Amino acid sequence: MNLLAHAPALAIAIPLLAAFAMPIASRVCKRLPKALSVAALAFTELLVLSLAAQAFSGKTITYALGAVSPDNVAAAGFPVRIILEIDALSALFAIASATIALLAIIYSIKFVKDGSKFFAAALLMVAGMLGMVFTGDIFSLFVFIELLTISSAALIAFYSGRGQPYEAAFKYLVVSSIAALMILLSAGLFYGQYNLLNLAALAGVLKFTFLDKIALVLLTAALAMKCGAIPLHMWVSDAYGEAPASVSAMLVVASQASLYALFRISFILFGKAPLIETIAWALIVFGVLSMFVGVSMAIMQKDIKRLMAYHAVSQTGYMLLGAGVCLAVINNPAALTAFGIKAIEGSLFHVINHTLYKSLLFLTAGAVIYRLGTRNLNEMGGLAKKMPWTAAFFVIGALAIAGLPPFNGFASKFLLYESVFLFSPILSAIAMLVSIMTLASFVKVFYAVFLGNEVKTNVKEVPLIVLAPMALIAIAIILFGLFPEIVLEAIVKPAAGALLNQTAYTGSVL
Amino acid sequence: MSNLVFVAAAMLITVGLYAAMTRRNLIKIVMAVSVVGSGVNLFLVGTGYRENSIAPIFTNAPSLAMVMPTPQALTLTSIVINLAIVAMMLSFAMKIYQHYGTLDSRERRLKK
Repeated sequence: MNLLAHAPALAIAIPLLAAFAMPIASRVCKRLPKALSVAALAFTELLVLSLAAQAFSGKTITYALGAVSPDNVAAAGFPVRIILEIDALSALFAIASATIALLAIIYSIKFVKDGSKFFAAALLMVAGMLGMVFTGDIFSLFVFIELLTISSAALIAFYSGRGQPYEAAFKYLVVSSIAALMILLSAGLFYGQYNLLNLAALAGVLKFTFLDKIALVLLTAALAMKCGAIPLHMWVSDAYGEAPASVSAMLVVASQASLYALFRISFILFGKAPLIETIAWALIVFGVLSMFVGVSMAIMQKDIKRLMAYHAVSQTGYMLLGAGVCLAVINNPAALTAFGIKAIEGSLFHVINHTLYKSLLFLTAGAVIYRLGTRNLNEMGGLAKKMPWTAAFFVIGALAIAGLPPFNGFASKFLLYESVFLFSPILSAIAMLVSIMTLASFVKVFYAVFLGNEVKTNVKEVPLIVLAPMALIAIAIILFGLFPEIVLEAIVKPAAGALLNQTAYTGSVL
Repeated sequence: MSNLVFVAAAMLITVGLYAAMTRRNLIKIVMAVSVVGSGVNLFLVGTGYRENSIAPIFTNAPSLAMVMPTPQALTLTSIVINLAIVAMMLSFAMKIYQHYGTLDSRERRLKK
């Protein structure tokens, strides 16, 4: 069997099968679930990388589950087929999901006692994320979002000693399931009018009727809620804050997967719609609000993980701003070449950088909480000497999120500042101000956690298996910061091109 | 008359959303989500309905005027997913009750 030819389906199927093999594996041997999940995710990562290598060279990979062609109505009845479609944009998000999930799982080996349940849910989450970014039709998008929702809710409530994780998980479930039902409703709206569920096919026939507009608004609102943009951010701080650290890191990439769906739908389906400018401005307003309110809320927090959760909201704002600016000028070729393309490139580059530094920060926070047993910043202090590696990784993550050179956050934020400035100088100024506030907030955290008086004397550095994933992410952050052009040319530009080239996406299916 | 099903679906969705936003009891919030789900399912089935037609089963079919099978397949999937979601929310509500002794969402908000 040619493994590579079936890579799109296998990348989703392997985590799924491994997840359901967990209960059996835990019967065989106590350590088997951990080994099996790392092996499954490593294999998935290889498959995703091989797919991405093809996608970044400009090829759009389509994989049909079921009937080979849509006209195949012969003996087997009607053509049931589900398309998986992978272009450079899907590949970018898929690499982020698979890589961070693999590292987060390695990181959590040390912490998780009864592994099989935790790893089963984590593997389901990976299957959901990869499914979301690979799928080519809107109903499978709904199914994968629900898969992701259920498994992440289980993980948020995983440490069951206290009541708060259950509340966070309940809140997350209510918000996410209503968002997912709105996506299903808009799938129904499309199907009722065009008899189609495939995104590429829909993009070709969409007439922008009144019902389409309703569907667009529902989809935008639902996906903005899932990626945690203000004013729909209320679940983020609870869910990220209460979840175990490795799960928070995975939730960051999960919300990026919703961002992927938002980009895909607004650019590919509605890029030529007459009301696209309204949606673009909605994204810009969501983005600016998220940036500013997110960071202002973060400055006030005393709980280290809630603080980081609000920063995640704030950073998502940058991506929405970039995408909104590009979408606002999408039907104006002169402005698009002047700054629109740069804006979306900055936005997509920021997606990669954000997943890297945000997961690094959550993982360092997890290490600190593991050693100190508290999440309150006021009860921490003096850890720089006891946990030098964790401190170093925290500094790298903090400088990257604040957008200081030579770390990766600088590269993408600079692209955004430049392009947004040409669109509207005020928005660019707000973006810079938010960066400064982010820096201020992280200076405070660094001082509170790593400098000052020692609160506990018998603290040790965390074990090597916990440090190794953090070290890998930190190295990636530095490399991406030192050589941004290489990443930009190899990954970001093909992805931005795929997003703006509607015919490439639709043409490869039909 | 043929639009009645869509009106009913819209009403169910609106009622469900309103209840999810305003109710304080966690069980009622779960019910609200379930009602929204039913509304969406009704809408999906409604889109595939044709008058005077039969269920889309080919064996010994008396006529070929059938309702659309795809929305029904979608609805079945969505019913199963909704069941899982509701079951999970109820189990969380149960755990919350065990920890706090109340189901009122005002009493035990996440503080800080």
